[in-house]
Amino acid sequence: MARAADGFYLRAAPAERRPPPAARAGAIGWLRANLFSSPGNVALTLVCAIFIAWTAAHVLRFFVLDAVWSGADREACLASPANPEPGACWAFVRVWLSYFVYGFYPIGARWRVDLFFLALAFGIAWLAWLAAPRRDIGAFYFFIVLPILSFFLLSGAPLIGLSAVPTSLWGGILVTIVVATVGIVASLPLGIVLAFGRRSDIAVVKFFSVTFIEFVRGVPMITVLFMASVMLPLFVPERFTPDKLLRALIGVALFASAYMAEVVRGGLAAVPRGQYEAAQALGLPYWRMTALVILPQALRVTLPNIVNTFIGLFKDTTLVFVVGIFDFLRTIEAARVDPHWATPVTSVTGYAFAAVFYFLCCYAMSRYARGVETRLARAHRR
Amino acid sequence: MAETVNNGSRPTSSRPTSSRRARRSRDIALQLALLAVVGGVAYAAIVNAAQNLAHAHIASGFGFWNNTAGFDISQTLIDYSASASTFGRAFWVGLLNTLLIASLGIVLATVLGFVVGLARLSRNWLVAKVACAYVEAIRNVPLLLQLLFWYNAVLKSLPELRASVTLPGGGFLNNRGLFLPRPEFGPGFGYVSIALAIGIAASISLRVWSRRRQERTGAPVRVAWLALGLIAGPPLVVFALAGAPLSFSLPQLGRFNVLGGVEILPEFAALLVALSVYTAAFIAEVVRAGVLAVPHGQTEAAQALGLRPRATLRLVVVPQAMRVIVPPLTSQYLNLIKNSSLAVAIGYPDLFQVFAGSVLNITGQAVEVIAITMAVYLAISLVASLLMNIYGQTVAVVER
Repeated sequence: MARAADGFYLRAAPAERRPPPAARAGAIGWLRANLFSSPGNVALTLVCAIFIAWTAAHVLRFFVLDAVWSGADREACLASPANPEPGACWAFVRVWLSYFVYGFYPIGARWRVDLFFLALAFGIAWLAWLAAPRRDIGAFYFFIVLPILSFFLLSGAPLIGLSAVPTSLWGGILVTIVVATVGIVASLPLGIVLAFGRRSDIAVVKFFSVTFIEFVRGVPMITVLFMASVMLPLFVPERFTPDKLLRALIGVALFASAYMAEVVRGGLAAVPRGQYEAAQALGLPYWRMTALVILPQALRVTLPNIVNTFIGLFKDTTLVFVVGIFDFLRTIEAARVDPHWATPVTSVTGYAFAAVFYFLCCYAMSRYARGVETRLARAHRR
Repeated sequence: MAETVNNGSRPTSSRPTSSRRARRSRDIALQLALLAVVGGVAYAAIVNAAQNLAHAHIASGFGFWNNTAGFDISQTLIDYSASASTFGRAFWVGLLNTLLIASLGIVLATVLGFVVGLARLSRNWLVAKVACAYVEAIRNVPLLLQLLFWYNAVLKSLPELRASVTLPGGGFLNNRGLFLPRPEFGPGFGYVSIALAIGIAASISLRVWSRRRQERTGAPVRVAWLALGLIAGPPLVVFALAGAPLSFSLPQLGRFNVLGGVEILPEFAALLVALSVYTAAFIAEVVRAGVLAVPHGQTEAAQALGLRPRATLRLVVVPQAMRVIVPPLTSQYLNLIKNSSLAVAIGYPDLFQVFAGSVLNITGQAVEVIAITMAVYLAISLVASLLMNIYGQTVAVVER
């Protein structure tokens, strides 16, 4: 810096650039800003860190380090000199795993269940991958072909050599997946119909739709399941009494479709009025306007909500427990009281296993919903 | 706005009259056909039900309401005995148990949910992550699984009766429940409650007066401590004057059970914990969304006006956030009430377990029993959404 004779300050050369203060940038700066910005925050951080360390240590000890990975019966998971404080009894899960997956499904026919899982995974991947080719065929496959195929595959078709398997033998993850899938496959079309019924100008249609939707949404799911499983047999002639699993499926489908109807209605309301007017200006009749212009946009907008409804439905499948269906949770309940395996840690192990399964499925779905949401947000940004 | 779009969805105005008339008659025909189909199905169902019920020798109608119930209920808030009480009485016992678990669950879930929701917004990275992990873990695991876990894996693995944990103050904890001292109210206790009521009324009127004064003069009046003193002071004074009319009867550990005291069933505790923990995760998300919905400009404007951070929060952020929070919060409350029917899985005697469980098994009158059960839940839902609408109207932004 030079001082000119007339009293002005004049910088002759640019000032030397100095690095930012170490305490404001880099890892230390981040720590200061996010963890140690004030005495209260320091205390909070310490409490949280101790809590996390304590929990992680216990979880690690119980589920991994001290866990029993193999064994023939409960003896392996009881306290012994070698393992004075045994952790999770994974041996129990290993022994019962096939029951958790297939229930009492005949061992010789379990390849049919595996095939069903594969066919389902294929359909889900086709529909969930938004850039997949020919998703219209995918939808046809998922909503028409797959249900028919699965029905014959799982319950059997003696004509083509597949022995009949009564649903009382089904169980475990198979039943959970079947209930969830039927709920999804049935609730989406039914929900769309109900959503249009609710918006209809025709008084009677609107009345029935609103009544159904509000009624089902106002009562707990297990009352709907109870109604389906206890009252339904009364309402049909005795010889047509539906099978126990089918009754639960009807209950689940009715329940899910009422919730789906509200989600679809939200999507329909989000379609701008200009879209209707443009379709009408093109001379499209009502149904073609709906099918070609309105519904695709409405479903796309509300896709994250649809997936969230599926997550709720997937968790709610556990409630079929209450009407005596052997879903995954029920098989855990049945297995954990088995006297050959009853130990202090068996219940916790079983529940942890179930929790991991449900968490993975639901978390994957919610990540997918969030991904679609960001994708949609990107599409709307100009 | 949605409604206007709805009504415009059909091309009505531009059609010539004859076609409109044709459409109207088609609509009427459609409605009649639909009515006929629904009526026919309902008629067939009723005929079938009557036949099936007659075949199984099951009575119909609500006559069973006044019959003797004949089954025990493990938790009763009103007098009830298996031999003397009716099914109607059992209904009220179950309903009260449902309302008890629901109201306590709502309070706990709200407190926990607000704490977690605000923690997720914390500037402390670790706190935010812990809250996030809580929300993700709890929301993605079915409630029934969590309920069974709390009941079978946690509470049922508590020590047995003989090895009960003795709590400070004379309580016991074992796998049959939590046993606490029972408060016994002496003769003068009524005056204490009256004093409490007067104190609450006085502090409310103080608040009203201070608000009016502030609106008139602009000067804030600090009444919080005075109001607290008004609520706590008079009852304490009356309590001391009346000679402390309150004693506790301690539970006694017997050989086969615990005598005296207040018993908190493990079923009750498990259901309460599971419902609160589960619903709190959803409430946390509602709270977070509500706070994030208040534009940052509002906080900045409040700061520019010179409001302190606390006043900014109380007068600017919270009122606007509540407008967004309350509607989804109500639906979470409704979910909690409906989910309390999962009590049936562990045997807590709520409305569903007592009525759709025990009463249905004894009477076999599925239609009536399930209709009554559903009607109660439906009534609760309708009342709640009615209150919600009234609230929505009172907080709606009045625009020019």
